[in-house]
Amino acid sequence: MIWQIILGIWMTVVIVASFLYMPATQGLGETGRIIVYHVPAAWIAVLAYLMAMVNAIGYLRKKDIRLDRQAQINAELGTIFCILATVTGAIWSKGAWGWYWNWDPRQTSIFVLLLIYGAYFVLRSSITDSDTRARLSAVYAILAFITVPFLVFVIPRVYSSLHPDLINIPQRSLDMDRKMLHVFLSSLAGFTGLYVWMYKVQMRLENLLYKQAMKREG
Amino acid sequence: MLTRLFPWLNQGMAVLRKDLRIEFRTRYAYSALVMFAVTTLVTVSFSVGGFAPDTDIAAALLWIILFFSAMAGLSRTFVHEEETGTVIALKLAAEPEPVYLGKYFFNVALLFSLSILVVPMFLVMLNLDIAMPVAFVAIVFLGSLGLAGASTILAAIVAKAGAKGSLLTVLAFPILLPLLIGAISGTRSTMSGVSMELVTPDLGLLFFYNGIAVVASLLLFEYVWND
Repeated sequence: MIWQIILGIWMTVVIVASFLYMPATQGLGETGRIIVYHVPAAWIAVLAYLMAMVNAIGYLRKKDIRLDRQAQINAELGTIFCILATVTGAIWSKGAWGWYWNWDPRQTSIFVLLLIYGAYFVLRSSITDSDTRARLSAVYAILAFITVPFLVFVIPRVYSSLHPDLINIPQRSLDMDRKMLHVFLSSLAGFTGLYVWMYKVQMRLENLLYKQAMKREG
Repeated sequence: MLTRLFPWLNQGMAVLRKDLRIEFRTRYAYSALVMFAVTTLVTVSFSVGGFAPDTDIAAALLWIILFFSAMAGLSRTFVHEEETGTVIALKLAAEPEPVYLGKYFFNVALLFSLSILVVPMFLVMLNLDIAMPVAFVAIVFLGSLGLAGASTILAAIVAKAGAKGSLLTVLAFPILLPLLIGAISGTRSTMSGVSMELVTPDLGLLFFYNGIAVVASLLLFEYVWND
């Protein structure tokens, strides 16, 4: 319980600081403040999808049905954060570029990411046998994650994008001022804590449902 | 590595020969593929009418036709094995990897024969000129190869999931999208004839996508194939 309270206070401080402590960014102006929410959401989405793939590989090696449930939960959480990143990105895009949606390579790639996991859930719901479902969806999750680098890293660099880059590759530095970096890193930590907490709650729920189903079958 | 790969290739060719023989007897998959492609092509040509569309639209239309035709025919090989119950015999006869290779070669053959027929028809019916023919052929070649490469394992998944009608399209579209983006952009550039520098990144993307799709499928196919 104590951790949830700390997390709640932490996130409140981050939100307040993102408006009061953090300066407006150079070039992007006030719209740049969204970096505190948009980038961590995208980071958690990638992290959760990565965990889903790790669980999927684990399932194929050990055939432990618990790992399949973990993969499912991670895919669900990843999708929630991916939607958040898409929406915050669209709002920022309206402020900075004048359009909510203009098929910038970044927008294309995050949209496809959502499509991939949409298809993953369709595949899961189309199979009734739980072992077959676990096996086939694990294979699909791995295949899908292998194409993610193409979408997230290759396409925005091969085709020119207007999306700002945090990491300045020629100068090997982060383009961020010190105060902003503080708030940004705290937000990253806060989002990660939020993800861990949501994951635990979901896991407890799924385990209870599983036990109940086992009991009913006798 | 090569000594391990060669028996796979030999057995894969055997699976390919078997599938080709079945295909020549019924001609189901190829007819379905060709009829689907021709129907869409005629619809497009008919609705576009007398004027030639600009290269942006023409490139997208070509790949939409190829993508959906591929989806109509590529799941056939695995679904057929499941329907006739020959899947058990095939499992006894060969390792998973040669089976994958055989089916992959078969799908590649199917798509190439489709592209050879449909792409010239498309160019003729829409009255298009290609500014860079060699690069255009390379893009179509790598694109068709990639369509087959990523769809083969998905076709196996769909067959195991009980061959639900539109499932293959749903599963394949997001995975194939990086390929389609590259192929459409490359086709557009080669049609309008910009410099070769603009086509090279597309060719690279298609090339590496093909490599990754086949390697990942080879690694994962075992888990789809064996219950």
